[in-house]
Amino acid sequence: MAAAESYPDDLRYHPEHDWARLENGEAVFGITWFAQDALGELVHFEAPAEGAALVKDRSYAEVESVKAVSDVIAPLSGEVLEVNSAVKDAPETVNDDPYGAGWLVRVRLTNRGEIDSLLDPEAYKQHLAEQA
Amino acid sequence: MQTLLRTPLYERHVALGARLVPFAGWEMPVQYEGVIPEHRAVRTDAGVFDVSHMGELEVEGPRALELLQAALSNDLKRIAPGRAQYTLLTNGHGGIVDDLIAYELEPERFLLIVNASNRETDFAWLRERELPGAEVRDVSDRYALLAVQGPRALERLGLPDAPAFTFADGELDGVRCVINRTGYTGEEGVELLVPAGRAGELWDRVVERGAAPCGLGARDTLRLEVCYPLHGNDIGPETDAISAGLGWVCALDKEFTGSDELRRIKEAGPERKLAAFVMEEPGIPRQGMTVAEGGEVTSGSHSPMLERGIGLGYVPAGLAQPGTELTIDIRGRSRSARVVKKPIYSRGRPDGRG
Repeated sequence: MAAAESYPDDLRYHPEHDWARLENGEAVFGITWFAQDALGELVHFEAPAEGAALVKDRSYAEVESVKAVSDVIAPLSGEVLEVNSAVKDAPETVNDDPYGAGWLVRVRLTNRGEIDSLLDPEAYKQHLAEQA
Repeated sequence: MQTLLRTPLYERHVALGARLVPFAGWEMPVQYEGVIPEHRAVRTDAGVFDVSHMGELEVEGPRALELLQAALSNDLKRIAPGRAQYTLLTNGHGGIVDDLIAYELEPERFLLIVNASNRETDFAWLRERELPGAEVRDVSDRYALLAVQGPRALERLGLPDAPAFTFADGELDGVRCVINRTGYTGEEGVELLVPAGRAGELWDRVVERGAAPCGLGARDTLRLEVCYPLHGNDIGPETDAISAGLGWVCALDKEFTGSDELRRIKEAGPERKLAAFVMEEPGIPRQGMTVAEGGEVTSGSHSPMLERGIGLGYVPAGLAQPGTELTIDIRGRSRSARVVKKPIYSRGRPDGRG
């Protein structure tokens, strides 16, 4: 079951359609409803290794649907603490629940100063409207 | 900017919420509900595809057969009125200008259903070779074409069984059409050729009978699972029919454009062959990716039935044997794959292994 469109208030967004949930110096990353909808049902998640260093604005993973592959952009810099194995095993989890069970990685942030550059939900929705 | 063409079913696609994409100059539905559910509908029940973008050329006259026998690779003398044949339009190097289905309407009248992207090339190609007594016409705009495919397609349409590659005039719920026992999915089914003005009505009747609307996305994954080549990906003017594994549609005992060259390639053995492979490791092969042992992926996707990456690609002939291990370069990552016997998927062999 595909999720309904939403952009939760407790998340911060990157213009490349990624989200971050901030939790005391750590963060969880995923892709937004818009990104999963544009791709269609995901069939592969090429995950980073645990311990990998992520650099803000750079690709750290790939998600693929039948028709397309997309880089996943790091919204913030950090070190990968955990990869969501549920998504590796069943990538369509991202379509079902992009902000919950469909999270991609948990990271330890290495530059908290970057947080201010992210968009709040209203700014991200404005960004989507400008792209349409 | 070029304006995209729309089929007579465009409004229906929009109403169904299809995602529309440009394809061969047309604005076509790539998916409705999703590629995977549509793919599964065709493998388990029935699906309907709008393939009205495909071209229809008519060749008529006392010398129509002579013209086509010289231009097409397969032997039209093997069929008769009411029968159709998969065949190739070849160039002087044995390369594939197009792959198409030829329908013998009458002994002196043939219909060719050709790829959308090659409609103009094919028409010009045949017109250049037109003989007095063999007229070539592009009648594509008169027709729409609906492919209804799947193990329950005939049952849902209330049609009796008939041999593959036959066709007949008929009707479905009051809409007259030509019913062709052909398709591009590896499943049983029909392709319904209908006057453009009645296409909407026919589509509605087919959907009411329970065929799931399917887009070009599922059409591509379905054909790839059964290893039907796609012109522009797996075959083209630079690839010859023998290397592509299409020797079976080349009647090398007759003369046609490129037949000398094809006989030579067959005699010498092709240097490379179009092989089917299944990924042994995670990752999805895509067109243009390199095969480390030599060669290139020409089509690749995720297989909804096998739930892993699959593909077709040209490899050195010695590596085309089923069981051979290949390494696909997936954006810088080496991932192993294994050559399998074609088709990759068939109902009797759902694991996809030869």
